[in-house]
Amino acid sequence: MLELNNISVRYDGKSVLSGCGLSLGDGERLALMGPSGCGKTTLLRVALSLQPPDTGSVSGDPGRTAAVFQEPRLLPWRTAAENVNVVLSDTPDTMPEALSMLERVELSDAVEKYPAELSGGMQQRVSIARALAFRPDLLVLDEPFRGLDDELRGRIVSLLNTSLQSASLLLVTHSEEEAKTLGCRVLRYQDGRFV
Amino acid sequence: MKPSLRKALLSLAVLLFWLGVWVLASALVGQELLLPSPLQVLRRFLALAGTAAFWLTVGTSILRVLTGIVCAVLLGTLLAFLTEYSALCKALFSPVMMLVKSTPVASFIILALIWLGRGILPAFISALMVLPVVWANVSAGIAARDPLLLEMARIYRFPRSRVLRRITLPTLLPFFRSALSSALGLGWKAGIAAEVLTVPQPSIGKMIFESKLYLETTDLFAWTLTVILLSLLIEKILLKLVLRAGRKGGAVHA
Repeated sequence: MLELNNISVRYDGKSVLSGCGLSLGDGERLALMGPSGCGKTTLLRVALSLQPPDTGSVSGDPGRTAAVFQEPRLLPWRTAAENVNVVLSDTPDTMPEALSMLERVELSDAVEKYPAELSGGMQQRVSIARALAFRPDLLVLDEPFRGLDDELRGRIVSLLNTSLQSASLLLVTHSEEEAKTLGCRVLRYQDGRFV
Repeated sequence: MKPSLRKALLSLAVLLFWLGVWVLASALVGQELLLPSPLQVLRRFLALAGTAAFWLTVGTSILRVLTGIVCAVLLGTLLAFLTEYSALCKALFSPVMMLVKSTPVASFIILALIWLGRGILPAFISALMVLPVVWANVSAGIAARDPLLLEMARIYRFPRSRVLRRITLPTLLPFFRSALSSALGLGWKAGIAAEVLTVPQPSIGKMIFESKLYLETTDLFAWTLTVILLSLLIEKILLKLVLRAGRKGGAVHA
């Protein structure tokens, strides 16, 4: 489904990734773990075709892809509901679907609020709702649970588990427990590689 | 006291202060021909405003200047999109815009007098003054789009129209409003200056020119007051319209 081979990326002459690769099959769940700055996010960006590698290749078609980044990336001038609906048809026709997804991330009371009126954790849940509403074939999550308390984090992880069904998952996390709960195969950073 | 009330009172106090300075200066000079008092100017303004010829003159000048401004806003916005999306267009048009921006308006007026008819010249000069301001502001607005939002749009496969409506236009709106605010004042002043030099009939510029010719200083002040009031009024109306359009399109909070 998605194959990254021998990926190298340099920023300002400094090597961020050197000869890294990963393979993600249909419906597979994979977690990347490693210290900060080891290139996890860069590898995700290469997988999402947001960052062209200096060397190496990306092959395969992951299909519909959704992503939740460390920052929520919401449109500041749209309400929470509109921010979810914007990845659907962006018309009133799909608004019920957007509202239902916000309800599932426990934001029923905040649907009409603008991102600036929401806490960091609430914004992140809107971003998760947006990703799930898109019904992706591949969901990419880059430390998506920042700002959520343990209890809520548990409920959102279990929501992801039930919602993803056959979709593939590529997760960057520092929490072994999150990776396990989401049923991910874990790749750890070791000597410049994820193994 | 509410901040808005305090601000209004402060503005009123500033206005009264400068009116007081004007009254004092006018009393010291003591000659209406050199410096009429605010009351004399207001009386003359009201007398002019009571005639049909005044409104015909004002209406024609507004039409002339606004034609130039609207053309420049449309062309400036189109050029900004072209130059932000195409390196070739940027290389081609950026020096032209810099040249237009740096050239004195009087040079353009004299040149345009040779090239164009008197009737169209004020609109042309207004457009020429406004064009680089709109282009620069709209270009800055396009460049200011959040790259993280653009990446999000790319991941979720937004069609181009949705990127334009949901990301580009909302980012652009404050830059566009600022461009419009500067452009209106500039276009209005340049247009009237062009009218003074070309004296098309009827026009505010012609009336200012004749006031100078016949040393009717009070008339000159009254027509200048007309230009200032019109400039403020048109700016307020147009900025409100842009804001309303932005709200309707979801570019700003309702």
